[in-house]
Parts: sequence; C-alpha cells; structure tokens
Amino acid sequence: MKKVLDFLRWIVVSAKGHEFLFKGITTLILASGSVLILIPFLYMISTSLKDPAQIRSDSSSLIPRKPKTAEVNGNPEPLYEVTVDRQVQEYALIKNLPNGLGQFVDPEKPDVIQELRINDQKQLYRWDIHWENYPEAINAMPFWRYLGNTLIVTFVGMAGMLFSCSLVAYGFSRFRARWLNLLFLLLLSTIMLPSQVRLIPVYILFQKLGWVDTLLPLIVPLFFANAYDVFLLRQFFMTIPLELDDAAKIDGANPLQILLYIILPQARPALVSVGIFHFLYAWNDFYEPLIFLHSRQNWTLAVGLQTFDAIYTINTHLIMAISMLMIIPPILLFFFSQKIFTQGVVFSGIKG
Amino acid sequence: MSPFRSLNKMSLARREALAGYAFVVPWIIGFLIFTIGPMLASLYFSFTKYNIIDPPQWVGLANYERAFSGIWDAVRTGDSRQFGDPLFWKALQVTIYYASIALPLNLGFSFFLAVLLNQNVRGINIWRTIFFLPSIIAGVAVTLLWVRILNPRVGVLNPFLKDVIGIQNPPGWLAAPEWAVPALVIMSLWGVGSSMIIYLAGLQGVPTDLYDAAKVDGANAWQRFWNITFPMMTPVLFYNLVLGMIATFQYFTQVYVATSSSIAGLGSPQHSTLFYNIYLYQNAFRYFDMGYASTLAWILFIIVLLLTALIFRSSDAWVYYEGQLRGRNL
Repeated sequence: MKKVLDFLRWIVVSAKGHEFLFKGITTLILASGSVLILIPFLYMISTSLKDPAQIRSDSSSLIPRKPKTAEVNGNPEPLYEVTVDRQVQEYALIKNLPNGLGQFVDPEKPDVIQELRINDQKQLYRWDIHWENYPEAINAMPFWRYLGNTLIVTFVGMAGMLFSCSLVAYGFSRFRARWLNLLFLLLLSTIMLPSQVRLIPVYILFQKLGWVDTLLPLIVPLFFANAYDVFLLRQFFMTIPLELDDAAKIDGANPLQILLYIILPQARPALVSVGIFHFLYAWNDFYEPLIFLHSRQNWTLAVGLQTFDAIYTINTHLIMAISMLMIIPPILLFFFSQKIFTQGVVFSGIKG
Repeated sequence: MSPFRSLNKMSLARREALAGYAFVVPWIIGFLIFTIGPMLASLYFSFTKYNIIDPPQWVGLANYERAFSGIWDAVRTGDSRQFGDPLFWKALQVTIYYASIALPLNLGFSFFLAVLLNQNVRGINIWRTIFFLPSIIAGVAVTLLWVRILNPRVGVLNPFLKDVIGIQNPPGWLAAPEWAVPALVIMSLWGVGSSMIIYLAGLQGVPTDLYDAAKVDGANAWQRFWNITFPMMTPVLFYNLVLGMIATFQYFTQVYVATSSSIAGLGSPQHSTLFYNIYLYQNAFRYFDMGYASTLAWILFIIVLLLTALIFRSSDAWVYYEGQLRGRNL
C-alpha cells in the first residue's frame, strides 16, 4: 500500500513523474487507436478466409471457424462445453426444446440425456480456414487481365510522370527568366483546380481521338507533368548545391547533361518518393478508370473489383479475398519504404 | 566595357532563359491541352445543350437558370420542391453537411494524432506505421470492407454496439438516410493518416531552440504547445483546410462504391448521399447531358474559388508565418 502511495506521489510531484504519466497516457491512446485501426483489417483477412455459411450465421466473429461436432447416432451434432456434476465436459446438443432448453448427451454415452439451458453453455468451435476462396475469387473474374491493365497504367504512367516532371522541375529550379516565376505560380494554382472543370472537354477530346475505352487517357496526360510532383521535385532540386552545376558547366556540360548526371543522381530519394506516391495514387484510382474505361476487358482492378461487388455482392468471402489481393501490394511497398512516409522526407517542402 | 562583351552577356542570359523555357515546355503543352483549353471549352459547353453525338447548341443562360431558378420561392415558402432543380440543391446541401462534420473532425483528429506521434515514446515507428496504413489503401477495397462492417444485418459494428456498449437500436448507417453521411464520416476518420503525416512533417520542422528558449523562460508543456507548436503549425493547418475543402467537393469513390450497387442506386438512400460530384457524374456520364454537367462543373469551380478566397482572407488573422509580424499585434 505504501509503495502505491509513494508511486502516486512521485507521479504528482516530480517532473520525471509527470513525464512518465504523460508518456503512459500517450501510449495508451496510441494503443487503443491502433486497435481501432487494425480491427477492420483483421475483419477483412478473416472474412476472406471464411466459409460463406459462417458469414451468414456467425458474421461477427473475427476468427474463421465452424462449430465443433460429434457423431451421435450417425448424425453430426454441435458440441458444447457443459458443467455436469461439477465437471466440465464436452456434450453434444441433440435436440432443441422450448424455453431455450436443449437435450445434451455425452457422445460416448448417447443414452443419458441432460436437459440444460442452451444459452448458459459455451458452444465449441474449431478453426476453419478456406484458402480456396482466393483461387475461387480469382477465377470468378478476369483477375489477371485487370492486374495487367492496372500495372500498365501504373508503371507506364509513372515513367511518364517521372520523365516529364524531372524536366519541368529542373526548368523551374535552375534557370532565371522573366516569365518563369509567373508560370510557376500558374502551375501551383492548378493544384487547387477541381479536375471536374476540365474533365468533360478532355473526355470529349479523347472520344474524338478514339481513345475512350483504351488505357491511353489514363497514361498520356502523365507525360505532360503535374503540379504536385513538379512542386515536390523542385523543392528537392533547390537543396542541391549550385556549385555542382557550376563545376559541370566549367567541364563543358550542357543543361541536359547537368540534369542527367548531376541533379537526377542526387535527387534519387525524391524521385523514389514521388514514384511511390504515384504508384499508390494510380493503383487505387477509381474515378478516371470508371469514366474512361467501358468494356470489361479494359478495366483496372479498382473498377473490376467494384463491378465484381455489384454482381456477386452476397459472396462477401470472395469480395474480401480480391480486396485483400488489392491492398497487399501497397502495403508491401509501404513497409519497404516506411522511412519515406513516417519521416516525411519529401513533405519537408510543404511547410510554410 | 566593350559592346562585344555586353552582347555576349545578354546572349548568355537569353540562352539561360530559353533553356529554362525549353525544360518547362512539356508542362506548358499539357497546361494548354489538358487544363486551360478544356476549362474554356467547358465554360462554352455550360451555355449549350450538348449530348456529344449532336453538335453543341447555344442555349444562353438556360443551364444556369435550371440550377438557380425557384430559389426565392423555395426560400420564401421553405419548400424545396419550388427549386427548379431540387437535386442540385440537395447535392450542395449533402456536400456542405458532410464537410461541416468531416472537415473539423479530420483536421482536429489528425492534428491530435500527429502531436502524439511526435512524442518520444517507445515503439513510435510502429504506431506511426499503423496510423498511416489506412490512407495508403484508400479506395474501392476499403470501402467494400466498410460497407460490410457497417451493414445493419450482417455487419460487425452493430452487434458490438448492441451487445458490448448496450445501444438498443443501433443506427442503420448506410441504409438509413439520416445516418448515411455520419457513416461516411466514420470511414473518412479511419483514413486520417494522410493529413496526419503532413502535420507530422510540420511538427518535426519546428526549431527546437524555440522550445529551449521557452523552457529557460519557465514555460510549462502546455504553454509551450499553445505558444510555439500551435502557431508554428497554423500554415500546415491552413494547407490541410484548403485541400480538405476542395477534396470534399470532389468526394466520389466511397459514395459510388457504397451506393451504386444498392437497389436504390447512386446517392441512395433518398438522395442522402447525393454528393455534388456524384450528381455531376450522373449528369455527364449517365445522362450524357454535357451542357448541364459543364454548368455544374463551373458552379463547383466558382464555389471552390470563393471558399478558398475566404479561407485565404481569414488566414491573416490566424495563420502565422515565420519571420512575419502579424499586423494586429503591432
């Protein structure tokens, strides 16, 4: 008791105690928040492995499971943990009676019937994992086709974005010219421009070109740079010392060579970051693929999954299996590049 | 100085300028083809009747009248049926309602989390990873997951609310008109990671000597937070507020995925999730009413412009920029 009081006094009075208390509360909040974040994930994983019968009857369990049964007189009957004669035993429920009662028997001795309240007994379950949900889901839709389309859109688009944004960011970070500052402000202002205000004519343009219902509308615009990535790359390029450029200039390098051999190798972390952000964006994007892709064989995974849900919505286990497959690549990428996210390598430019 | 030399100098500056312009040419071309050109075109379409197949037909202000007509009668009588296009107003109302709940909650929550995640506690990188995780997978898969969690019949949330917390009649969430928007807010709160990470970067950029100086002056933790951290973070708050507001007016994927496969269709139940961008999409790509959809797009653009201007004007009063004295404090 005295120890507890001493501890409390230490917390209230001393500065170290304050810090201890503060860190404790912080950790507690973070831990409970993390549980709230992770439970939906667990639900997705477990549902993707469940038997459809369990989703209907026992949906709120986070564990893929099925009632444990024992054979009684040739029929499988559900097993319960019951207390008979102060002993915990596994009995089978063989018949439901009115008023919530049930007939329980020991599967070994099926002739001795006990009448017990069903809700007071604990039903026994066993793990029941259905890995085959995954192949079944993949075969229920043109999964590989959608994956292929998604990868083309994501990576060709990424190449276009990195290529064009590097050039433009270089132009905006290393040259003095009368209109460049104004152009840069114009570029920045497009970050705030709602894309809807240009979407319809762009759609009509692609339609006249015969590109609607191909992957081109999702790829070609990326070869013309975008404000967000140019801004981040430019912020990074500005931190690269100008002396390096000057040294290369003295050696007779032209601007393009300076970009290729000086700036880009130095800017690798920034390029990797915007590349990863682009991957996450393109992989998850739903709006533009929905608008530009009409026929089934051209869809990306996001659109394919949504349509799969519209058709097979009761097959929750299959939908969750595809959803799992769709979130695994971003999660893997995230874990391999955690520093970029959690330490905000590129975001330092945004402040102020 | 010889004239020859100055000519040479001028040509150097010019060459530098030309090279600069040359490097930004990809963006200029893209800006003309994919931004400014289409913007002007959609402004033109907004004064026409246009279904893509037939050439656009000039109708003057008819589309704008369609959106705004009946506004006085509706306001006077309090009857929303008086609006020329009740759905347009419904869409505005839904969007503003969502924004008024989701934006403050998101901004507050992500700031609070960022402050906690900036503390020097054990396992901080694991906590950061967990909180950021949802935002990297935002989209169709996660929405499908939430639709199932929130399902009033077979979901997991309502049994939990009923059996563990003891709420007798848990809400119908996406199936109930008055609960659909709160359900979407819950989904968005789960993904606060993306604005949180921006705050976190900002917090890490606050110079530590400010805190040291305050400590020397005897400021306690709360005073240090309120007088240093918070003012230093207002630019980031400002950035997140502007981008969050714009994103709300473009809110689409979650609503589309959650409602388009239900029987009642997009924006259901009873138009309670008819967000502005959903209504615009319907007009453009379901009804192919490109003229009216362009009008809606321009109204959206003007609303966003006005709100952004409003936030920018108000920012003098509450956003602190380092090295800048606030006028009213002088």
